Amino acid sequence: MLRERIQASNYSFLDKLRSIDYLLILLIIAIGLISVFAIYSTEGGKFSFYTKNHIIRLSVFFSLFLILSFVRVSTWYKNAYLFYFVGLLLLITVLFFGISASGATRWINLYFLNLQPSELMKIAVIICFARYYHRIQSSDIQSIKFLIQPIILLIIPCYLVIQQPDLGTSILIAGSGIAIIWLAGLNIKYFVYSGLLLLVSLPFVISILKPYQKSRILTFFNPDRDPLGAGYQIIQSKIAIGSGGFFGKGYLKGTQSYLEFLPEKHTDFIFTLFSEEFGFLGSIILLFLYILLIYRIINVGLVSRSFFAKLYCFGFATAIFLCVFVNIAMVLGMLPIVGAPLPIMSYGGSSLLSIMLGLSIVMSCKIYNQEQISVY
Amino acid sequence: MLNRGRNIEKGRIITRRMFMLAAAKILLFAGISSRLYNLQISDREKYEILSDKNRIREWKTPPQRGIIVDNFNKVLASNDRVFQLHLILDEINDFDLTIFKIKNLIGLDQFQIKKLYKKKERLKPWDTLVVSDNLTWEQFSKINLYLHELEGAKPVLSTSRFYPYSNDLVHIVGYVGDASPKDLEKPEIKENFVPGLKVGKYGIENSQEKMLIGNYGIKRYEVNASGKRISQIDYIKERQGNKVNLTIDIEIQKYAQELLKGKAGSICAMDIYTGEVVAMASSPTYDPNKFTHGINQKDWQEIRNNPLKPLINKSIAGLYSPGSTFKPLVALAALEYGILDPNKTIRCKGHKHPYELYGVKYHCWKKEGHGYMKLRNAIKQSCDIYFYEMARLLGVDKLSIIAKRYGLGTNVLGDLYNDEKNGLVPDTKWKRRALEQSWYLGETVINGIGQGYIQTTPLQLCLMTAQIANGGYKIKPHIIKDDSINYKDIINKIKLDQSNFPLHERNYLDDINVEYYQRMYHKKSNINFVLDAMFGSTNEQYGTSYKSRYDNPKYQFAGKTGTSQVRRITDLDRELDLDTEQIEYKKRDHALYVAFAPYKDPRYAISVIIEHGGSGSKAAAPLASKLIKRIIDRHKLREQFNNGNTSLA
Repeated sequence: MLRERIQASNYSFLDKLRSIDYLLILLIIAIGLISVFAIYSTEGGKFSFYTKNHIIRLSVFFSLFLILSFVRVSTWYKNAYLFYFVGLLLLITVLFFGISASGATRWINLYFLNLQPSELMKIAVIICFARYYHRIQSSDIQSIKFLIQPIILLIIPCYLVIQQPDLGTSILIAGSGIAIIWLAGLNIKYFVYSGLLLLVSLPFVISILKPYQKSRILTFFNPDRDPLGAGYQIIQSKIAIGSGGFFGKGYLKGTQSYLEFLPEKHTDFIFTLFSEEFGFLGSIILLFLYILLIYRIINVGLVSRSFFAKLYCFGFATAIFLCVFVNIAMVLGMLPIVGAPLPIMSYGGSSLLSIMLGLSIVMSCKIYNQEQISVY
Repeated sequence: MLNRGRNIEKGRIITRRMFMLAAAKILLFAGISSRLYNLQISDREKYEILSDKNRIREWKTPPQRGIIVDNFNKVLASNDRVFQLHLILDEINDFDLTIFKIKNLIGLDQFQIKKLYKKKERLKPWDTLVVSDNLTWEQFSKINLYLHELEGAKPVLSTSRFYPYSNDLVHIVGYVGDASPKDLEKPEIKENFVPGLKVGKYGIENSQEKMLIGNYGIKRYEVNASGKRISQIDYIKERQGNKVNLTIDIEIQKYAQELLKGKAGSICAMDIYTGEVVAMASSPTYDPNKFTHGINQKDWQEIRNNPLKPLINKSIAGLYSPGSTFKPLVALAALEYGILDPNKTIRCKGHKHPYELYGVKYHCWKKEGHGYMKLRNAIKQSCDIYFYEMARLLGVDKLSIIAKRYGLGTNVLGDLYNDEKNGLVPDTKWKRRALEQSWYLGETVINGIGQGYIQTTPLQLCLMTAQIANGGYKIKPHIIKDDSINYKDIINKIKLDQSNFPLHERNYLDDINVEYYQRMYHKKSNINFVLDAMFGSTNEQYGTSYKSRYDNPKYQFAGKTGTSQVRRITDLDRELDLDTEQIEYKKRDHALYVAFAPYKDPRYAISVIIEHGGSGSKAAAPLASKLIKRIIDRHKLREQFNNGNTSLA
């Protein structure tokens, strides 16, 4: 304890500045700039509502990221459970006081922002699990006693989010939680067995889904089943991306995306528009930027001393990967449309806030990477 | 040591698992890349053809607005057929040329063209520009004739709002207009908006937007490379907005507006049991139909610069001192608190010997004085001296409690109108908080005759009268019909409670499952005393509204006049004693009148305010008298209609 405190106070401000991961910051800025141009394009090249809002949010949350980066990683560790329970409380608040849009109740009105607590929950689950597995001995990990708790902690938010209903976010929350359990070293056989169980119970799961979710999944397997209804978005998105070709149609020159077929072109389908205008080349570059971002986050985990920091960074990297993968695979017609934003690129305050918050914890892991966190 | 060994083991596991995960991620990203390659490079041609030659486009079709009807299902706001010209922007290659052609065809002026360019600036390149939403038939047929020369032009047969009773209802129903950016932030508008759709700007049109707006339809077309439609694929029909049913009786509303013609003021009429607002007239008024297609500058200036202020909804946004119409409530307060025996006699000695308090003189309105007065007579003849003394004994705080209980000082119709005022019922606490001064007794004294800080809206006065007239039961005034409540049953129970109350055999109000019907009085006899005094004021000699009475018990009503000063009366004024016509308009008193009818078994309450009309008995009471007759004549019809016999109207 004492040594830790001395060590922490030994970090001078200059030391902290020196240990910042500047490449990571550069990557965030690059993706942020691309997102501004893409959203500007969704508005038909007019500087109006969405673009303005997106720029404001980006700058506010980016500043927040910079400030929070200097919070000591042990502070995050101490408040990990609190973070989780606040997230849970907000999810319950949504259940009773949430505001609805197009049939789903996902948001809390905070006047300057409609907060979507399920987005924050993605981070909360990771940080909570990272703390949980930080203190568990490797010999105890396999025991049922220590496995039951995280499973319960995972099922509650997932259930609440499914109720909203929001299948996509729920799956992403579950994904990040399971990723940490995996990283902590739970025996592979558990994953194999539960995977088999899921496969067997799949018909039953599908039968309890909401009709629109069911139709989305069925449409995914056969988009031509309902070309004007649920399959419409997938077909149109594929046409837009495919017609982009290698170099794309050029900035502000996309034709498909301008049509009104995509009601969520500035949120979930932002990649469609980007890919139509910048083609294969642009898409691969964007994908590469995301890979680099994930690599840098993993790198922070590798150089960190505490298990908490390692678990958090690896878990968060996986969460970002899942978001990027699910979103792009969805607009490419490889996965059913479940509603998942593309990190940083998509318009949407809550998603941006949670990503920036998550990144600031990564940065704090980097700045304080020699800090040891004792088990208490 | 063991611990450290374990930790090293744990770290190795985490790192190993991370690398396994990373390998999986690389694989999946490779999958995405190959899919991208597939779509954008291998199958590029296929998708290019799909994109260029076989595009599907969709247009939103505007919904029809829900209609608004009165109590008898008469249509107050309907949808009329209009001819419109739309431009589909991305079908146009040369916008300037198209506008030039259109200008020559339908004759747009420079100002309108400027406006069109401005409008276009705000739209997305794939949006629709509404060039004109109200073409004449001649213009419309011209456009159709030359349609082949006009790129992107789309003549549209559409509907627009029409108010058949134009001027008579604008303050209640409101009007529609183009959606402003602020309107578009409201979720109910944002979700259902289609370019060119009109939205509510004021009144019921505005506050009931959610009910009225409806849902748009979608038409999907297959279009060719240049964007021209080839065939319609799909059509999801639009849904018309819901009907809004008001409690207003348009016949009475029309008559009330007619009575107010040429004057500035308000008339409100209310059912004293159900709280249904039967009429709520405000004068002067203006034509809401002018706003539907954007009002022109000249008309707008005319409405705005009218010194009688037509834009103000005087029934709910006009604030007036209640004057003597407040006296029944002051008397009720004094009786309820047991301050004063109604047989107490006070002498009113006229202007030569006014009421005096700490050296300040307070005059009665009657120059020669009323002589010896008891409470009933003081209400009947509206003697100020009696009320000065009574208010002094009562105190302002007790008075304000009763005034607030009977509906003054808070807005009446909730959030239905965004300009409705709360008014003000002063008390010592309020003055200390708002003005940071302590209360003076002299202010209590003038408060007793409804002057001073007190401010009320005409609808509040109507509610106050209604709640005294129904025997002191709380009601909830409303203007949108509520079919969920069985009012017939409630009225029966209240009447049973009225006749049964002193015995306390049974509380009939307990059977009413609507929360606001409660007794507001301590002693029934106090209410009856005030009602009887109001009867005297109208139907007995020397009463202030004696001239406006009806002897036929069917129409016989009881009321109270009021004359509210708009400035301080000086000694010079008292000496001159001018007639209303001789005083400058702005300085004349407001004339007020509140009444309920019929006196035996009352059913309606009414309030009349004529701005700068002079005395209440001359300017306001005669109007009330006329309207009461009309309301009572139509009562049977209303009752039958509301009880389900709809064939009558």
